[in-house]
Amino acid sequence: MTLLAWLFDILLGLGLLWLGWRLLSSPDLFKAIVLFIAFGLLMALAWVRLDAPDVALAEAAIGAGLTGALLLAALARLSSMESGKDATVQAEKAWLKSPASWFPAIIMLLLASGLGYTILSLAPYAAGLSPEVAANLDSSGVINPVTAVLLNFRGYDTLLEMVVLLLALLGVWSIGGAAEPHEGKPGPVLDFLTRLLTPLLILVAAYLLWVGAHAPGGAFQAGSVLAAAGVLLLLAGWCLPPRLMALPLRLVLVAGPCAFIAMAALTLLIQGQLLEFPPAQAGILILVLETVAMFSIGATLAALFLGGRPQHKETP
Amino acid sequence: MGLTDLLSTVLLIAGGFFFLAGTLGLLRFPDVYTRLHALTKADNVGLGLMVIGLALQAESLAVVGKLILIWFLVLLAGASVANLIANKALRNGISLWKQ
Repeated sequence: MTLLAWLFDILLGLGLLWLGWRLLSSPDLFKAIVLFIAFGLLMALAWVRLDAPDVALAEAAIGAGLTGALLLAALARLSSMESGKDATVQAEKAWLKSPASWFPAIIMLLLASGLGYTILSLAPYAAGLSPEVAANLDSSGVINPVTAVLLNFRGYDTLLEMVVLLLALLGVWSIGGAAEPHEGKPGPVLDFLTRLLTPLLILVAAYLLWVGAHAPGGAFQAGSVLAAAGVLLLLAGWCLPPRLMALPLRLVLVAGPCAFIAMAALTLLIQGQLLEFPPAQAGILILVLETVAMFSIGATLAALFLGGRPQHKETP
Repeated sequence: MGLTDLLSTVLLIAGGFFFLAGTLGLLRFPDVYTRLHALTKADNVGLGLMVIGLALQAESLAVVGKLILIWFLVLLAGASVANLIANKALRNGISLWKQ
């Protein structure tokens, strides 16, 4: 590695630490969120430097982009209930001054030194499981080893991730209804941007899904791009017609996990193993699963941005 | 170093200079509107120079196309978001900086 690459990596690492510290210590929540988004983008760069473009894509799309949008939406709802904010800040300040505030710091230091020791005591070069993945790649139905692991060798990980997303949405829905959609027109600039970007985002999502078989990409990245289109549409004042909000939306939300569970049951019955695809059909099965998963992930993330259960207006 | 490499280097450094100027403007300018101006104008030109510099090094036309698409998307997003932020700031009653 050249000196320049070293310098870049050190700057990147220090930048990450500095941003992390600043965003945690910022009393202004808005500033903290903006710093968090910047942190996510630098983190994506760090994943690229670690030769993990799949993770970098996911970090940039979900970690920085959508989580940032979710946090900003949450902040907008928080600041609409200002009362009691000063009291909370006072209580926090008092707590920070008390000796009890050292307790989490000590725990975190212990955790950090434990993790650091573990990493330093690893062998300098460990192949891990990648030779095994490479050896079995032919039977997975895809060429991209990351997709092979996520959808085939350890498909249940992805299944559980989808269930986690759905549970998160159920949690948000159980808290309350969505805010009333903004009335009024979005303005020409946002309108134009939305009209131009939405088809492009759909195209990019389809591309990411398709390319996932042999290059970085896949259902989660594609789903988050779809969700970005959804967020943009919601910001521009668009909303689903009420009749689509009820049952059809829910069907799309559960389609991904249901398809996964159905596939798991089928493979368990036929192959005798959970989510073990027959090598000849693995490619097409993975594509089908990923397509359904993409729609569910996109819908779930966009619904999370809505911030609550869509409210049914009683039709008179 | 061939002529293409030299041209790339000059374009990349020029692009970097515009980014530096934009960042300096973002930090030093007095109000939100002038800061937005510095950020979007300088970054758009800076990124354009960098895209041209990188396109000269590209292996295929497809890569050139992707680079130009990235530039186009950043131009679009930058200009639109600057307009949205300035609009919101104006409606929130943030007054213009007057010397």
